Amino acid sequence: MSNKFIWTKKDLLGLEYLSAEEINHILYTAASFKEVTTRQIKKVPVLRGKTVVNLFYEPSTRTRTSFELAAKRLSADVINIAVESSSVRKGETLIDTGRNIEALKIDIIVVRHSASGAPNILARSVRSSVVNAGDGWHEHPTQALLDIFTLKEKLGRIEGLKVSIIGDIAHSRVARSNIWGFIKLGAKVTVCAPEKLIPVGIEQTGVHVTNDINEALEDADAINVLRMQFERDSKLAFPSALEYFKQYGITSDRIKKCKKNIVVMHPGPINRGVEMSSEVADGANSVILEQVTNGIAVRMAVLYLVALAKKPTSSLPAKVENM
Amino acid sequence: MELKEKTKLMDKDAIERALERIAHEIVERVKSIDDIAVIGIKNRGAYLGRRLAEKLAQICGKRPDVGALDITLYRDDLTQVAEQPVVHATEIDFIIDDKKVILVDDVLFTGRTIRCALDALIDFGRPAAIQLAVLIDRGHRELPIRADYVGKNVPTSLKEVVEVRLEESDGKDEVVICEKLDEQ
Repeated sequence: MSNKFIWTKKDLLGLEYLSAEEINHILYTAASFKEVTTRQIKKVPVLRGKTVVNLFYEPSTRTRTSFELAAKRLSADVINIAVESSSVRKGETLIDTGRNIEALKIDIIVVRHSASGAPNILARSVRSSVVNAGDGWHEHPTQALLDIFTLKEKLGRIEGLKVSIIGDIAHSRVARSNIWGFIKLGAKVTVCAPEKLIPVGIEQTGVHVTNDINEALEDADAINVLRMQFERDSKLAFPSALEYFKQYGITSDRIKKCKKNIVVMHPGPINRGVEMSSEVADGANSVILEQVTNGIAVRMAVLYLVALAKKPTSSLPAKVENM
Repeated sequence: MELKEKTKLMDKDAIERALERIAHEIVERVKSIDDIAVIGIKNRGAYLGRRLAEKLAQICGKRPDVGALDITLYRDDLTQVAEQPVVHATEIDFIIDDKKVILVDDVLFTGRTIRCALDALIDFGRPAAIQLAVLIDRGHRELPIRADYVGKNVPTSLKEVVEVRLEESDGKDEVVICEKLDEQ
C-alpha cells in the first residue's frame, strides 16, 4: 500500500485539500508510528532539534495534549501558547503572532482558532509548517484522520463501508473533515440530525441526508456520534437535551437493531445521556478510547510528514490560495 | 541517475550457499538457539533475516525469534535527502533483553544504516550482544563498524552501486554491480 508515494505538503489544513492517495499515505505512516507507541521506550529521534508550537485560540485539553505527546515522542521540543495569557489580548493580529513565533526559529505551528480558515491564512504568512487543530466550523483534519484510522483498523477497509455521522452537523468541524475523508476513500456517508442542524447544501459533498435516526442506523457499518453543544451553538436549533436524547440519542435499544458489529465512534468529550447512553459509550461496539490512543500515532505521522516535506508544494488548491 | 549493469556477483545458488554458511558460523559461535534472535533491516535485510532464520531452524531443529526493523526514524540524513523516506512499521514482537541479536542487512557500505539500527535496537531493550551479518561487504566505511558474518567481500569504487535483488521484492535472486552513468 502506497509505498512509493512521496509527501510534499508543508501544511495540513484540511482533508478537503488532500487526495485519497495523500490520506492513505498518512494512514500508512500512522500505522508505522503506532508500533512506536507500544514500545517500552516510546520515543524516536526523528524530529530531534525541531520545535513545535501549540498555538491555541480556543481552550482544548485533549487535542493539545495529544499533539504535545505526539511531538515529544518524536523528540521535538514543544511550547504551548494559550491565547488567554498572550499578547493577542493586546490586539496583535494572527499574522503578526505567526511571524513573531516564527522569528523564534520554530518549525511547526499547530493552531486552533474559532475562525474558519484561520490556519489557511497563517500557512500563507509563514514558512513554518502549519497544522490545523480545528478551525471554527470548518475542519478538524487530525480528528477525522484518527476516526478513519480507527475504523480501518477495526474493519480492514474504508471503501464501500456505510458510515453515518449523527449530531450537530451544522456546527461541527469534525463532521466536515469526516465527510471529506470518508467520501474520498470511497465510503458511503449519511449525515443525520434534526432539520435545523443540517447545513444548507451539504448534499453537494456527496453525502446522503436524513432526519430519521432509524434510517441512519439501519445497515450502517459504523456511526460517528458528534458532541451536542447545548452550552453553545446547538441550543439555538433544538429545544432541549432531553428531547434530543429521546429522538436521536444512541441507546442500547437502538444499537440492538443495528448490524451486530457496528463500530461506534465519538470524538469526545461525551455528553452521557444526551447524544449517547453510558451503556453504548462503554459497550462492546464502542471504540472511543481506541480513537484517543490512535490520535497520537496519527498526529506523529502528520508532524513527521509536514516537518520533513521535501520541495514543499502549496498546501491549498489555487482557488483557495487566491482568496 | 541512470545505472548500467556491469557484473553479476552472485546468483540464486551463491546467495543460498552464503546464507547456509553464515547460519553454520552462527551456530558454531552460540551455545543455544534459544539465545538467538534474528532481526533484519527493512526491506531486503528483513527478507534475508527470515531466510537465515529458516536455515538456522534446519540446522538446530528450532526456529529462532525473527523480527524486522525499519530504521527511517533514526537516519542522520533526513533533512538532507532529496525525497522524504516512507516510514514502515518495525515488527519485533518478542523481548530482546539478554538475547544475542543477529542483525541482518543486504549490503554493508558506509556503516550509517547499521549505526541507525544499533540505536533503534537499544530502544527496544538490552540485548546480551548484537552481531552483524551481511550478504555483501563493499567497503568504504564512514563509521567504525564491521560485520561478524559476511556472504561475500567485494572491493568496489564509489561510482558503483551494488544491487541485491531478492525473490520477495524483485522477483528473482541475484547480486549485481552497476555503474552510475555520468550525467550529461
